[in-house]
Amino acid sequence: MAAATGAPPLTPGTEEPKPPRRRGRLTPYWLLLPGLLWLVVFFALPMIYQASTSVQTGSLEDGYKVTWHFVTYWDALAEYWPQFLRSVLYAAAATVLCLLLGYPLAYLIAFRAGRWRNLIMILVIAPFFTSFLIRTLAWKTILADSGPVVGALNTLHVLDVTSWLGWTAGDRVLATPLAVVCGLTYNFLPFMILPLYTSLERIDGRLHEAAGDLYAKPSTTFRKVTFPLSMPGVVSGTLLTFIPAAGDYVNSELLGSTDTRMIGNVIQTQFLRILDYPTAAALSFILMATILFMVTFYIRRSGTEDLV
Amino acid sequence: MPFVNWLKRHLVVIAGLVTLGYLLLPNIVVTVFSFNKPKGRFNYAWQQFSLDAWKDPCGVADMCGSLSLSLQIAFWATLGATALGTMIAFALVRYRFRARGAVNSMIFLPMAMPEVVMAASLLTLFLNMGAQLGFWTILIAHIMFCLSFVVVAVKARVMSMDPRLEQAAQDLYAGPAQTFLRVTLPIAAPGIAAGALLSFALSFDDFIITNFNAGSTVTFPMFVWGSAQRGTPVQINVIGTAMFLVAVLFVLASMLITHRRTKQKA
Repeated sequence: MAAATGAPPLTPGTEEPKPPRRRGRLTPYWLLLPGLLWLVVFFALPMIYQASTSVQTGSLEDGYKVTWHFVTYWDALAEYWPQFLRSVLYAAAATVLCLLLGYPLAYLIAFRAGRWRNLIMILVIAPFFTSFLIRTLAWKTILADSGPVVGALNTLHVLDVTSWLGWTAGDRVLATPLAVVCGLTYNFLPFMILPLYTSLERIDGRLHEAAGDLYAKPSTTFRKVTFPLSMPGVVSGTLLTFIPAAGDYVNSELLGSTDTRMIGNVIQTQFLRILDYPTAAALSFILMATILFMVTFYIRRSGTEDLV
Repeated sequence: MPFVNWLKRHLVVIAGLVTLGYLLLPNIVVTVFSFNKPKGRFNYAWQQFSLDAWKDPCGVADMCGSLSLSLQIAFWATLGATALGTMIAFALVRYRFRARGAVNSMIFLPMAMPEVVMAASLLTLFLNMGAQLGFWTILIAHIMFCLSFVVVAVKARVMSMDPRLEQAAQDLYAGPAQTFLRVTLPIAAPGIAAGALLSFALSFDDFIITNFNAGSTVTFPMFVWGSAQRGTPVQINVIGTAMFLVAVLFVLASMLITHRRTKQKA
């Protein structure tokens, strides 16, 4: 941190006397330089390389050349649009489930937990510290064909309904879309709960009392006061859930089957096993563009631009 | 109908606790199955109680090696990301400069990008440069994606800090270095610690980016991934359970310390 403390003013005449460490005009740039350089070289530059790879043709043996071969994009989309669609659908389903499951818990921690607040908070965060792969594998046990969960769902004829909807197959839950969505929901639930909690906790409790004094029913108070005020949390929570879920391939690989492959699975296989770099790069580029487009649109629509 | 009324009043609490159960269920399964003695290669069905895995946690080939590699990478990635991220956070809060918007979006974008996209593009860079995939490429990648989270954590803390405290220090004839070390840094410390802790957890648990950029190097998550294909040893569950316990104890201890301190002050 030498730059922060000891940088001498480079232009002595224009030095401002008051805020102490605004002296060095170049100080902020020195502070930014290493970190930003890291991000430019290992985040931004790779994006450019990837864009360039996506329009190259060639083979592993002879090397690749940029030939502006945009057909790769078309071919990739024509072949893999089902996986794309599936990714968006699964991620959207997981996001909605996370919101429905996460909101009550965030609300509970913010308003009703009392002295249990810290303990519950720890229990929400602590699973983070166990490898998520191990925890995802645990769902194989929970949803096992002969396990109690599948047994109960079978007895209650829930699986008949879900099979009819195409979410499960026969009397199995594993290796079906339901298992993948369940795993995605589980994995990204804390990313929904934490921002929700942060924005709920900021709400002044007196607003609830005021709503009650004005004869609002609890449900009306929630609809007109609590929920609108928690919107920043809802927006950032849904983004933090949807984005990683759309690109995930772990849940689909561990809990799903070949019929539940998502775009992440395709990119991974193309890159690491088939070694078709242009197609993989094109798919990854399309995924990035889709997400950025959706996120921008969503943030504009929800009117929380200052969030970013 | 007192019961219905009770149910109505506590509906949020019940729903919240159901969610909490959903969140904790896998951890319970992981713990219980660390005492299992599976018949085949996979530890998915309960057979019988056994302490074998706990007695010999490193009994699986390569597992503890991958664990120590993951810890090393997480340590260095935390150090790097915390240093670089803290500097950026200070620059953003304390100084006016050109291109602030561009810097902000450069920080935000890695957090808004699916991991697989970052992973794939970074791999194209490394392939183009002819870099040897392994420890260093993993470390570079981890510092890259942890950085933004540190910036956000430290920024929040520094922003809420009263600038008059530093002015007071200057009025009391503290030099810039002294002010920074004795006033600014201690106040910013909880933010820096939060960023570091988050970095460590993110780096240690990262799979997708590591999977692309590790070459033949095997970190702990990569070991678990491989074992999901070959057969899951019970020892994985032992490590998972131990990590969970250490994390909970760590957080409880730190809360106890802050609790004592605030009591002493009061």
